[in-house]
Amino acid sequence: MTPAASGALALAAQVRAGERSAASVLEESLAAIRGRDPELHCFNALADAHARERADEVDRLVASGTDPGPLAGVPVALKDNICTRSAPTTCSSRILAGWTPPYDATVVSRLAAAGAVVVGKTNLDEFAMGSSTENSATGPTRNPWDTGRVPGGSSGGSAAAVAAGMVPVALGSDTGGSIRQPAALCGVVGVKPTYGVVSRYGLVAFASSLDQIGPLATTVAEAAAVLEAIAGHDDRDSTSLEQAAPRCSEVLDDGARGLRVGVVADFLADASPDCTGAVRAAADVLAGHGASVEEVALPELLHGLSAYYLIAPAEASSNLARYDGVRYGLRVDAPDVETMNGRTRAAGFGPEVKRRVMLGTYVLSAGYYDAYYAQAQRVRTLVARAFARAYAGVDVLLAPTTPSVAFPLGSKTSDPLEMYLADLFTIPSNLAGHPAMSVPFALGEGGMPVGVQVLAPALGERAMFRAAAVVESGADPRARGPVPARGAR
Amino acid sequence: MSGQLSTEEVAHIARLARLEITEEESATYAGQLSAILEHVDAVRRLDTAGVPPTSHAFELRNVLRADEPRPCLERDEVLAGAPRAEDGRFLVPRILGEEP
Amino acid sequence: MSGGARAGEDAAIEGVAGYEVVVGLEVHCELSTATKLFCGCANAFGAPPNTQVCPVCLGLPGSLPVLNRRAVELAMRIGSALHCEIRPSTFHRKNYFYPDMPKDYQISQYDEPVNADGYLELPGGARVGIERAHIEEDTGKTTHVGGGGRIHDADHSLVDYNRAGVPLVEIVSRPDIRGAEQARSYVSELRAVLVATGASDGRMEEGSLRVDANVSVRREGSEGLGTRCEVKNLNSLRSLGRAIDFEAERQVAVLRSGGRVVQETRHWDEDEGRTSSMRSKEEANDYRYFAEPDLVPLVPDEELLERATRAMPVLPAARRVRLSALVGDDTAADQVTTVVDLGLDDLVVAAAALGADASLALRRAANEAAQRPEQARRIDAGVFARLLSLESAGTLSATQSKAVLAEVLESGGDPEEIARRLGFEALPAAELEAVLDEVVASHPAEWERYVGGDDKVAQLLTGLVMRATRGRANGKAVAAALASRRA
Ligand SMILES: [Zn+2]
Repeated sequence: MTPAASGALALAAQVRAGERSAASVLEESLAAIRGRDPELHCFNALADAHARERADEVDRLVASGTDPGPLAGVPVALKDNICTRSAPTTCSSRILAGWTPPYDATVVSRLAAAGAVVVGKTNLDEFAMGSSTENSATGPTRNPWDTGRVPGGSSGGSAAAVAAGMVPVALGSDTGGSIRQPAALCGVVGVKPTYGVVSRYGLVAFASSLDQIGPLATTVAEAAAVLEAIAGHDDRDSTSLEQAAPRCSEVLDDGARGLRVGVVADFLADASPDCTGAVRAAADVLAGHGASVEEVALPELLHGLSAYYLIAPAEASSNLARYDGVRYGLRVDAPDVETMNGRTRAAGFGPEVKRRVMLGTYVLSAGYYDAYYAQAQRVRTLVARAFARAYAGVDVLLAPTTPSVAFPLGSKTSDPLEMYLADLFTIPSNLAGHPAMSVPFALGEGGMPVGVQVLAPALGERAMFRAAAVVESGADPRARGPVPARGAR
Repeated sequence: MSGQLSTEEVAHIARLARLEITEEESATYAGQLSAILEHVDAVRRLDTAGVPPTSHAFELRNVLRADEPRPCLERDEVLAGAPRAEDGRFLVPRILGEEP
Repeated sequence: MSGGARAGEDAAIEGVAGYEVVVGLEVHCELSTATKLFCGCANAFGAPPNTQVCPVCLGLPGSLPVLNRRAVELAMRIGSALHCEIRPSTFHRKNYFYPDMPKDYQISQYDEPVNADGYLELPGGARVGIERAHIEEDTGKTTHVGGGGRIHDADHSLVDYNRAGVPLVEIVSRPDIRGAEQARSYVSELRAVLVATGASDGRMEEGSLRVDANVSVRREGSEGLGTRCEVKNLNSLRSLGRAIDFEAERQVAVLRSGGRVVQETRHWDEDEGRTSSMRSKEEANDYRYFAEPDLVPLVPDEELLERATRAMPVLPAARRVRLSALVGDDTAADQVTTVVDLGLDDLVVAAAALGADASLALRRAANEAAQRPEQARRIDAGVFARLLSLESAGTLSATQSKAVLAEVLESGGDPEEIARRLGFEALPAAELEAVLDEVVASHPAEWERYVGGDDKVAQLLTGLVMRATRGRANGKAVAAALASRRA
């Protein structure tokens, strides 16, 4: 049995009780990675030496009668845009190849404080820009359900590692759907918390006003436990909210009685029948558990995609300026510093990153700012207002996570716009700063998993997890990872 | 403004973004960026009169820290990732432009 | 000073006739905080390169800024001292590539600065408008190696980020300054305000205070502004004045020859005594400002404002007003300015309160005490007042009083005792009369003229008495004795 199959909570309970050693759990996880990663390429780097030290430390604490924390001995994979002293942080970019940060992200310290063991860094679309994990300088990650298909992105490595049973839980980052979309495509749970609930300190910025770290796990309960470990105020992040971590584990058995659920009607028309069907079936499950369900019209949300593809590149163009060959990472030599900057960035960034940096530079430049960037920010206000209108009448919203199940590798790489549409349903929550999560629910086209998205207003994590637990209880158990190895079909 | 970018405009943007691109790339990006801009053009036509822009998800105010020192990095760590360093400093080739 | 520079200055004086020189100044002031603007690294000058840096001020991927409360308070303190409106403000990113800037953008305030619309009152009463005084972060320091240290001729450059992220307030004046002299006066007055408020140490030579000048010229009497040039690299008050004179002269020469002044940035060369175009190959800057998503807005709530203005000292302009009012009609403005600049006004005010003659106190402070300001700031107001009273009463002559003051400044002590020790016993009236007899007897012609009503000769006679008494006589007493004898 792989660690993921046991489940993070069961593993932690066993380690805390002294029934299993953290060291043995870690070795099991490393063995699973060695077994399947050559085929799937979920990991950019392993932190195995450091992980073994950490696991031994956890075991020593248990032996000395000290509780190592709620995630004692749980192996965790981190998306490779989260800074770690123990392993290089590359963002799957040539420009940061081999760079090891001299500091740990806040979430890394919090995981350690909870007793978790970081095993390695997972693949992503370069600087988290993409929806398939194909835009990676280290090569694409494959979907463990069907290795001919993408795992989604940009947290594709984390989603696939959990789905393949290499680790029970992982962290990703979500700027426009980068946790939820790969979670849905890989049949795992993925959570984007309220903006400001999890510290961004140490998360390599893509679009600072939208980025948020969150967990991926096989079950809603495990995701809640990891969120509780990493969330809460951090004085190193000015946008961190004062609130303590939301206690979501408490509400998982509360059921749906009295819960008011809205189904986002506008999204159903744009999704494939299997995705639409899953949302309707999930709504029925909630109604069956005593929730009131209604359809809500939120046409403004569909404008979110366009606003996002102006705002995110604009912020990215500035965030990625620092990769200039002066202080760290790649340098391509040249006789003067200006040429050195230009050649380094040309050689170090992949095509999608360059495209977005150029787009962002353009929309911020003199003469275009008001027409594009300022206007996109006004549309962002419209999206938030539409949500506010909906949440006046309902506690949570239900929507498809993605327009379709996982698509074949290479099928969308030639057309950037086609790829961008994969985030249509996830983007509005980022623009509003709201929490949202994807729960695996059914099998769709080609036997691939289909996720259902639960959305909630700011700091509505408890209502969101309550609804998600009920949806999960009515889901097809075959739709959930980990999946046994079965290769391309 | 039709949302159609010329290769000259793309070259200008690339210079602002400090990206050395070939003429061929310039043409490719002109096409791709134009297509994206055309798609997002719907946003420009939306009536947003009187709608304030949102730059931050939430309206936090006055997030301040005390003026108290925290430890700095060791210089070895600072220069560990440097492509080139000399005398404890980062070495860069000749600078052509003036500081603005 | 080289001959060439002198010639340039002379030419400038004649060369701008018929034109008015219009100057606006941008002053960057480093704040006296313990730590940097967005991180906990020490804000201190002179540490070995790259030893006062952390992930935040190095701009490492994943790092985030958190605003220093003290920097905000000091910025608001500056705003308050410059009579600005202290407003809700936001931070923006100013995007441009330069190796001394770790993130390749500078966090600054753009369209919503913390302080706006104030003024600085100069000695003499002129007011220079302050457009804005906003918070921003400093850059690192670049050293050019090879090619004589000049940037474009260098073989390569070395970057030290210790200064990166040090808190700055940029104070932008309106184009209200007329000429080099007033520009110098503005900067020294601003410096005094910054030091008095505790916002900055004001050291130009260490770069705590950096000045850029926007210079333009226009025909005398015309209202509109001419095309301006921004002059950089002004490292002292002296170079500020010289650079403005040179630049104004250059622009007037361009206009006189029928040319047009081109708006550009020009570099002041202190050795050559001239400005030159930077001739940057870069395209026009496009900073792509946008709201800094990593920082939240700043709102001057009651607590911030209270802390910013707490224990605000009386500022130079108000101190000059106080001193002038005390001394009255015969106030010499330059003496008031000197005394306030040297921080001796409190001594004058205190001595006057103890009964000393205010006008005499101002004169002695501005002329004699000002020679040794350090010591003068430490002398007891009671001692100063007693000394001045001795002089006013005629017990000590002016010469004697100055000598006693010098001794008080040098080693302290009681004025009466020092006077006694120096042999400055007041000249007994009988002795003075005897000396007068001798003088009248030895200079009969002069005495006749004096008796005949020629007052000009009184000075000569007084001088003769003073010489005969070796300065022990009091001038007023001699004058009185002469007058009574004539009557
Ligand atoms: Zn620092």
